Amino acid sequence: MIDYIFLQQYWWLLIALLGGLLVFLLFVQGGNALIFFAGKDEAERELIINSTGRKWELTFTTLVTFGGAFFASFPLFYSTSFGGAYWVWILILITFVFQAVSYEFQGKAGNLLGKNAFRTFLTLNGCLAPLLIGTAVGTFFTGSQFMVNKSAVGNIAAPTISSWANNWHGLEAVAEPFNVGFGLMVLCLAISLGALYMINNINNDKLATQLRRSLLISFVCFVLLLVFILVKLLTMDGFAVDAEGVVFMEKYKYLHNFLQMPAVLAMFLVGAVLLVAGVVLTLVKQSFKRGIWLAAPGTVLAVMALFMVAGYNNTAYYPSTYDLQASLTLTNSCSSEFTLRTMAVVSLIIPFVVAYIAYFWHKMDKKSLTTEELNNSEKY
Amino acid sequence: MVESALVNWSRLQFAMTAGYHWLFVPLTLGLAVIMAIMETIYVATGDEFWKKTSKFWMKIFGINFAVGIATGIILEFEFGTNFSNYSWFVGDIFGAPLAIEGILAFFMEATFFAVMFFGWEKVSKRTHLVATWMTGIGAAISAIWILVANSWMQHPVGMEFNPDTVRHEMVDFWALVLNPVAISKFFHSVFSGWMTGAIFAIGVSCWYLLKKREERFALASIRVSAIVGIVGTFAVMFSGDSSAVHVAEYQPMKLAAAEGLENGGERAPFSIVPGVEVPGVLSVLATHDINGYVPGINNLLDGYTTPSGEVMPSAEEKIERGKRAIEAFGEYRALSDSDPAAAAEARAVLDDNIDYFGYGYIDSREELVPPVGLVYWAFRVMVGLGGALLLLMGVMLWVSYKKHLASMTWLQWAALLSIPLVYIAGQAGWIVAEVGRQPWVIEGLLPVKAAVSSVSVAAVQTTFFIFVAIFTLFLAIELRILMKAIKKGPEIDNN
Repeated sequence: MIDYIFLQQYWWLLIALLGGLLVFLLFVQGGNALIFFAGKDEAERELIINSTGRKWELTFTTLVTFGGAFFASFPLFYSTSFGGAYWVWILILITFVFQAVSYEFQGKAGNLLGKNAFRTFLTLNGCLAPLLIGTAVGTFFTGSQFMVNKSAVGNIAAPTISSWANNWHGLEAVAEPFNVGFGLMVLCLAISLGALYMINNINNDKLATQLRRSLLISFVCFVLLLVFILVKLLTMDGFAVDAEGVVFMEKYKYLHNFLQMPAVLAMFLVGAVLLVAGVVLTLVKQSFKRGIWLAAPGTVLAVMALFMVAGYNNTAYYPSTYDLQASLTLTNSCSSEFTLRTMAVVSLIIPFVVAYIAYFWHKMDKKSLTTEELNNSEKY
Repeated sequence: MVESALVNWSRLQFAMTAGYHWLFVPLTLGLAVIMAIMETIYVATGDEFWKKTSKFWMKIFGINFAVGIATGIILEFEFGTNFSNYSWFVGDIFGAPLAIEGILAFFMEATFFAVMFFGWEKVSKRTHLVATWMTGIGAAISAIWILVANSWMQHPVGMEFNPDTVRHEMVDFWALVLNPVAISKFFHSVFSGWMTGAIFAIGVSCWYLLKKREERFALASIRVSAIVGIVGTFAVMFSGDSSAVHVAEYQPMKLAAAEGLENGGERAPFSIVPGVEVPGVLSVLATHDINGYVPGINNLLDGYTTPSGEVMPSAEEKIERGKRAIEAFGEYRALSDSDPAAAAEARAVLDDNIDYFGYGYIDSREELVPPVGLVYWAFRVMVGLGGALLLLMGVMLWVSYKKHLASMTWLQWAALLSIPLVYIAGQAGWIVAEVGRQPWVIEGLLPVKAAVSSVSVAAVQTTFFIFVAIFTLFLAIELRILMKAIKKGPEIDNN
């Protein structure tokens, strides 16, 4: 039965899927974080930039679609978070704006700032974007300080329905270790994925050795941070919603969510196993280069599971610690049934979109990238 | 109290971002067609000259495309960061086209852009050609959806206000998609992009002719571009004609402002410049009837009766009914749990006055008039330059076949100097569309001042200057890189 509640859950699934795909595609950012660390000379840096540079638009597009999908399906989140946590989103956007031009500009004559400036922009985006996005997502579990009063529309002098309850406008998220840990975890994951992707996508033994070293360091950091985050997540109080829509604090809410949704727990575990397998196999077997294709579905599954834990099972996915009842739930923040239904029909084209992306990805990447190819054909 | 400075800075930030975005998008739309046609000729004839020609324009396309993406992402998120009330109040309708744009168009562009640039040796000739066309088609599809969204702001259709959720909700998706304003706006905007691409390519080609370089390349580019540009200009004219009718019907104040028409009537004159008027022409443009009635600014403010007998309320009456609607909304919200009968009464008053809800936020009749001088002159700049550029492209096409263009220096200079003009025309067009809609963010439904986020003026000022600095830097770099790339040239052996 496709009723309103089902549609809300379905759209949260799509948001979770887009979130999962976005984190996987952050391998572009992770790769760029390594331009100056794994890339020891010009040839290696060129390889890194041209490897991630052929996929950056997919990451960018997924971010934009993630935003668009949130706007269409949960507009109160779009309104409250973007307008409230102003500085966090502006910072994220600025890093992506610099990234968008840097590939094209870095190698071109007349670029005013020089090659290394644009490569630095790519590196900064590579580090800051996963860190900031991760920190922002951390607040899905720890909450933010905002209020929502829809009746304000009736106040002619001050009709704004949502406002932030402090002047930091989102920057206060860094005061919460869980959020920062979450951001750092996403950053380390992105770097690991970037290294895995380039080990597969670039045919250069020396660079591969350096990438393996980066992979080892970033993945060890990732695992430590993951343990920290999981311990906190499974022991913290969570934001639960009762049948009347009243939000209340529940002890071990997120642990309960995992236990009460075994399919989600299974998704998380399968995702984690695939991710670990992809990394470990790559690290222990020199000839194994396909780790990214284990880690990619692993990342998507694990991230989807985290989104599901944040939003499903009567949980407020964007909680307000300032006014608990202002917290956003799937039900109080979603679009109308008509819009969700219409957009659900539109979403049926997603498999076709994924199919043609996969087809051309395969066609373009059949052969790994080499310096020789870069010297004989188009490159950034 | 929403500060007027916050409203103005938020508007300015969005206008500045949109203005910069529209510097890059039209060239993308136009060059996409030009280079795809050139590559089609290459695939059909096997002549390497056309491959190199299309590759040169692709290089220019790529440099420009990146900045378009950079400015575009800011635009999308500014709806949330700076217009959060708007995002909730109409997000149920407005979010849908943005999401569809992402799913349908952006992935197409992202995928095929990479194939087009890096796939020459990796995919077959025909597959590559498909990728080139798909990149351009993706850009056009993107334009469809963002213009569906924008047109809904000009002429909101297919929705109902729900006081329980406090927002307008979509009730008819197809009304949104097939909004007549969206259809004419799509053609008007996309084909103006064809004009931009054509004038740009013709101008650059003429620079080569002036430098006595790349003659074959330049003449070939001029021919293809002029045809694309002329087709584009005629489409712009036809869609502009239907746009005028729509504006007259749905946004009469915008039309009155664009004409500086204080007092309207039948056989309304068209003002060429202040003091020079052609009787009846505005009526023809607005209603396709020389005797058609076109209201002026004062008529719209004072209220008037149409020739068919329909009585249009005055500004004061609209404002009064708007305030009644907002008051009834407040009562409904306050009473809906405690006193359902009283809430039902309030709801009835709200429903009676809902068409004027947005007017309730308006303080005075003067607020309802957009900046007349800016809209008036922007309209004349757009139309005047559009006509001049059509003439130029017609002459270029004719001369490129019938005369020795390579020796006509004056015409080459004219074409080169036309490049900035086509950009000015495009910016002027958007000034007419967006400034002419003021004070509304959604015509008649929500004024800008009720749409902004609750952030400090200082925060918006800071981000405004950050974005100005970034976009200006990018523009300067892009221009420099483009000039270097053009100077280097397509490197085609002209023999």
